[in-house]
Amino acid sequence: MIESLTLLLVCQLAGEVLVGLTGLPVPGPVLGMVLLFVGLLARGGVPKPLQTTAGTLLAHFSLLFVPAGVGIMLHIGRLQDAWLAIGVALVASTALAVAATAIAMLGLERLFGRRPEGDGS
Amino acid sequence: MTPVGDLWVYLSTNPLLHLTLTLVAYLAGDRLYRRFGLNPLLNPVVIAIVLLVGLLVATGTSYERYFEGAQFVHFLLGPATVALAIPLYNQFDRVRKSAGPLLAAVLVGSLSASLSAVGIATLMGAAPEIVASIAPKSVTTPIAMGIAERLGGLPSLTAVLVILTGILGAMLGPPLLNLLRIRDWRARGLAIGVAAHGIGTARAMQVNEVAGAFSGLAMGLNALATAILLPLLWSWLF
Repeated sequence: MIESLTLLLVCQLAGEVLVGLTGLPVPGPVLGMVLLFVGLLARGGVPKPLQTTAGTLLAHFSLLFVPAGVGIMLHIGRLQDAWLAIGVALVASTALAVAATAIAMLGLERLFGRRPEGDGS
Repeated sequence: MTPVGDLWVYLSTNPLLHLTLTLVAYLAGDRLYRRFGLNPLLNPVVIAIVLLVGLLVATGTSYERYFEGAQFVHFLLGPATVALAIPLYNQFDRVRKSAGPLLAAVLVGSLSASLSAVGIATLMGAAPEIVASIAPKSVTTPIAMGIAERLGGLPSLTAVLVILTGILGAMLGPPLLNLLRIRDWRARGLAIGVAAHGIGTARAMQVNEVAGAFSGLAMGLNALATAILLPLLWSWLF
């Protein structure tokens, strides 16, 4: 548990350092994810404690967005002023992005002769 | 002051109270969400935010004071993002097999998310700084704030719009994909990750591991694509 948590933090820190040094337009944690992924590929497997720690952390990933989300209270005035434009823009663009991405992926795969898999619903 | 008053002053300035309240509000939301079979409309993040904002407004507590306690939860976003490498590794065979269509689909999704939001907000008469703040709204918070700053938007408004987008995507995405009869877990995960970053990925992860892995990957790729393309397009359009 402590080893796994340390490994995650070390990857994040390495990501932050790399972003600082290179000016890449990605956040440190995303680069840290890439570093850990490359490490796992090199090692050829996920150590069991890491699997458990990551599973625990990711099972409640959405909890981690709550503190930032409560920040909406600072912007309620500005949101009220333009609520219709913001609301329509957010709903329509999000729906379009979901539909366009899924259709593009399956359409292109069909073009290359792969069948869709699974039965999610 | 009364003993109860003293206790309130002590607790309300101690990070323990708002840290605990954050977890309690989230667990209440999560209970409800699970009770109704992971219904996307009962997103636990929304329930927690509504409960907490109501409580803070009712007790006259500032966001800064709340965040002194909540920052410990907020901090875990970093290591949790790094941990997304694990589902990605577990699903890597699937990802590799469809790398081409996957990358192209992320580009399509990235452009349609930002350009349609900018177009609609402009047509509906939103002020330029709101348009610039809304442009990177499908990108994960820290990068979205950086992009908004470069475009002349307000980074802290962008942070809120990003969260709202994540919530909307996690709520509306699954029923929309059902309507479109898209049952492939890879495509479902990818679409939610592009449109609704980490909050969408959190939802995808709970429903299916394949969808979670594709969603986390899409979130990272979309962040990269938008951070590079949007500022270029912006200097072109405006």
